[in-house]
Amino acid sequence: MIGQLLANGIILGATIALGAIGLTMTYNILDFANFAQGELLTFGAYFALIAVSAFAGVHSTFGALSFGWPMVVALLLAAALTSLLAILVDWLVFRPLRRSSIQVALVIASFGASLLLRHLVVLIWGPQPAYYTTNIQISTQILPGVRVTPDQIFLVALTALLVVGLHFFLSRTKLGKAMRATADDPQLAQVTGIDVARVVRWTWIVGGSLAAVAGVLYGMTVQILPEMGFNLILPLFAAAILGGVGSVYGAVLGGLVIGIAENLSVLFLTPTYKPAIAFLLMIAVLLVRPTGILGKPKL
Amino acid sequence: MSLLQVDQLVAGYLRGVPILRGVSLSVAQGEIVTVLGPNGAGKSTLVKSIAGLVPVFGGHTTLDGQPLGNLPAHRLIAVGLAYVPQTNNIFKRLSVLENLEMGGYPLRGRLDARIARVFDLFPELLPFRKQAAGRLSGGQRQMVAIGRALMVDPKLLILDEPSAGLSPKLVAQVFSKVRQIRDAGVTVLMVEQNAKAALQISDRGYVLAEGRERIQDQASALLVNPEVGELYLGAKGKLL
Amino acid sequence: MSGVLSYLVFFLTTAAIYSIASLGLNLQWGRTGLFNIGVSGFFAVGAYAYAILTISPLTGQPGLGWPVLAGLLGAMVAAGLFALLVGIPTLRLRDDYLAIATIGIAITVQLIATNEPELTGGTNGLFAIPQPVAGWLHGSGGVAFLILVLICVALVYLALERMIHSPWGRVLVAIREDETAASSLGKSAFSFRLQSLVIGSMAMGLSGALYAAFIKFISPQDFLPIFTFQVWAMLILGGSGSSAGALLGSLVVWAIWTLSGGLIQAALPAKLQVDSGAIQIILIGLLLMLVILFRPSGLLGRKRPAVHRSTVPSKEQA
Ligand SMILES: Nc1ncnc2c1ncn2[C@@H]1O[C@H](COP(=O)(O)OP(=O)(O)O)[C@@H](O)[C@H]1O
Ligand SMILES: [Mg+2]
Repeated sequence: MIGQLLANGIILGATIALGAIGLTMTYNILDFANFAQGELLTFGAYFALIAVSAFAGVHSTFGALSFGWPMVVALLLAAALTSLLAILVDWLVFRPLRRSSIQVALVIASFGASLLLRHLVVLIWGPQPAYYTTNIQISTQILPGVRVTPDQIFLVALTALLVVGLHFFLSRTKLGKAMRATADDPQLAQVTGIDVARVVRWTWIVGGSLAAVAGVLYGMTVQILPEMGFNLILPLFAAAILGGVGSVYGAVLGGLVIGIAENLSVLFLTPTYKPAIAFLLMIAVLLVRPTGILGKPKL
Repeated sequence: MSLLQVDQLVAGYLRGVPILRGVSLSVAQGEIVTVLGPNGAGKSTLVKSIAGLVPVFGGHTTLDGQPLGNLPAHRLIAVGLAYVPQTNNIFKRLSVLENLEMGGYPLRGRLDARIARVFDLFPELLPFRKQAAGRLSGGQRQMVAIGRALMVDPKLLILDEPSAGLSPKLVAQVFSKVRQIRDAGVTVLMVEQNAKAALQISDRGYVLAEGRERIQDQASALLVNPEVGELYLGAKGKLL
Repeated sequence: MSGVLSYLVFFLTTAAIYSIASLGLNLQWGRTGLFNIGVSGFFAVGAYAYAILTISPLTGQPGLGWPVLAGLLGAMVAAGLFALLVGIPTLRLRDDYLAIATIGIAITVQLIATNEPELTGGTNGLFAIPQPVAGWLHGSGGVAFLILVLICVALVYLALERMIHSPWGRVLVAIREDETAASSLGKSAFSFRLQSLVIGSMAMGLSGALYAAFIKFISPQDFLPIFTFQVWAMLILGGSGSSAGALLGSLVVWAIWTLSGGLIQAALPAKLQVDSGAIQIILIGLLLMLVILFRPSGLLGRKRPAVHRSTVPSKEQA
């Protein structure tokens, strides 16, 4: 029982981690809490649905997985379109407000943007849940008492791969280092000759792409729903805060902790309260160690 | 002709509230020029507006004959201007090496040779190259900041109070590095509170007060100018 | 009573109920700089508390059958308690943590409302909620209740104005305006902020209680984040910092909201009407952007901008 819950927790945690990375990066570089991050996950899932429906006639599956080539195309398309959407929202909403240096308006603007995007999803795709495939997956036993589906294994593996890739991007590439530098001190970055507007654009691309992948993976293993992103917003923030805002690895760790905690909570509470668990954990962390597990204490 | 020419510069943080009310100065190729002045005189504002970080309302600035007027801060590197802010002048969470790499951000190609040159100038940083710059001592941080700015081989290096908060021994060390940098062919414009030590290595100096340059002269002359002592030290008490 | 007139009564009652919530938000955000984006949560707590306290147990629902006045007071107390719960862990931290925590409480309140049928009626909600002064003025189609709501608005307005202009209120503004003033007050700055959060949330709770009494039926669907957005729009448009602005903003935004809703119903094909909310949000959102960019003090705000200082006192606190 516990083993199974832990496994479920890691699977959910991987999705949360991917979404929280984007959140923590925009938080760090643009310095505001983006409440529309959840909707980037939602849009990612629906963009992939477009591609998957377009390839409805293609019968291709990889081994035991429920999907084949169409899903790969869908993932890439979702990442690209979600990045574009993030840049568009930034351009239309956040950038004008950033320019006028009334930063606090950004948070309420992102709250409005999240609301609007959610309504747009309903407008475009309707309120009912959707699925990428109707194939039922057989779960296999990987450890005594722990059963997972091949798709879930794929989800965890892809997440791990993306996190490692992101690590190399941030620590080895010029653009990645410029992102960290901008997060550290935007004004100094400007003085140093870094084109901050370009870094901001790339932040949305990285954050938006990871959010899209998270949305697709969630849609693949759970379901696609207009509120899916909004329902994940508390876990996303909880993961980012738990890990220490700005820390990518913290977000990953935070995501796993939240995912596992939400699943273990089933032992004591009805499953419908899962999001509240994330909230409670977040409050607890804020009380005890506001800088998060991996965050640096105040200088 | 001078390398940097500032004519009647009017600048400030809010429209209608100019901090600089018509400042003129020039820096010739190969000089070290120091701007002195009491706290709040607008020294940092002056160099920030040259570096494109403060809105300019009037006046004219050229570097090597090129107008700097409307260039955004991140483009100034390309015309040969490197600026080290008074505070927050290093990327604290990046390693020393990464700080230098960021200094060379606008450049294409490998940076190894330039990084090696910075470490030649500041050998004391070598043991800390992989450490987060935020964990270094004050003097070391200042060296990282200057090293970062030197990565692009600037024509003009602007330093805002490089000796602030350092012990007298470190002050002397930093100023001797500044001389070395100038001797290697980089022109230096420096803001300082540490008037005496700064003037000793400078060619010329300006005294800024209430948003205007009040006095300009050879450094050696300023050192013995009683008016400088009066304006500079006296004002410190009154203006604050 | 004619249809138009009774519609007007309905419209005014709703706008007035909203305005109580925006008066509360004005104290929190406009005067103290507190970032509450869980307005719908405190509103819901007030509504449910009122319903549970006043509904007659004879209806077979969870209800205590208390008098309506006790219900209204209980709703305010309940909302204030929730504010304490949110404020204590977050008011010492950077401002957007409060934002996250308040949206957290709003979501949690919704979860409880949905999942505890013995307490809240679950997704079916609660019905037969008693309305004060219902039979008065010969059952005048709600005019009596409108008058009651307007009296509540006036009382809240006067009470908050008195507080705002007392020394206490000036400390709030000082804390908002000046970080150093805030930190020199040290511990007591925290306590002032907490008081402001609690009192503002009590107004939101009262607003929720009046809503429950007005509609007589509540379910979790009534307390979505869109409500928070509307109240914020009212405050920013009207002029954050000004109680009169909050009142005017409520009227204007609610008028735009209802009119645009009506127009959408009339003009758009049925297929697109499924979610007229999207179009209304774009409309209000656009208006808000324009206000923030070009008239940051709102319609009635003071000269200082409605949306001031950065969320982020300093990077080091992150
Ligand atoms: N970011 C800012 N916004 C508004 N005013 C500022 C800012 N920085 C400095 N000032 C004001 O500009 C004036 C000059 O400051 P500054 O240039 O830093 O002086 P100095 O470097 O000579 O000590 C001071 O009155 C200061 O209050
Ligand atoms: Mg200065």
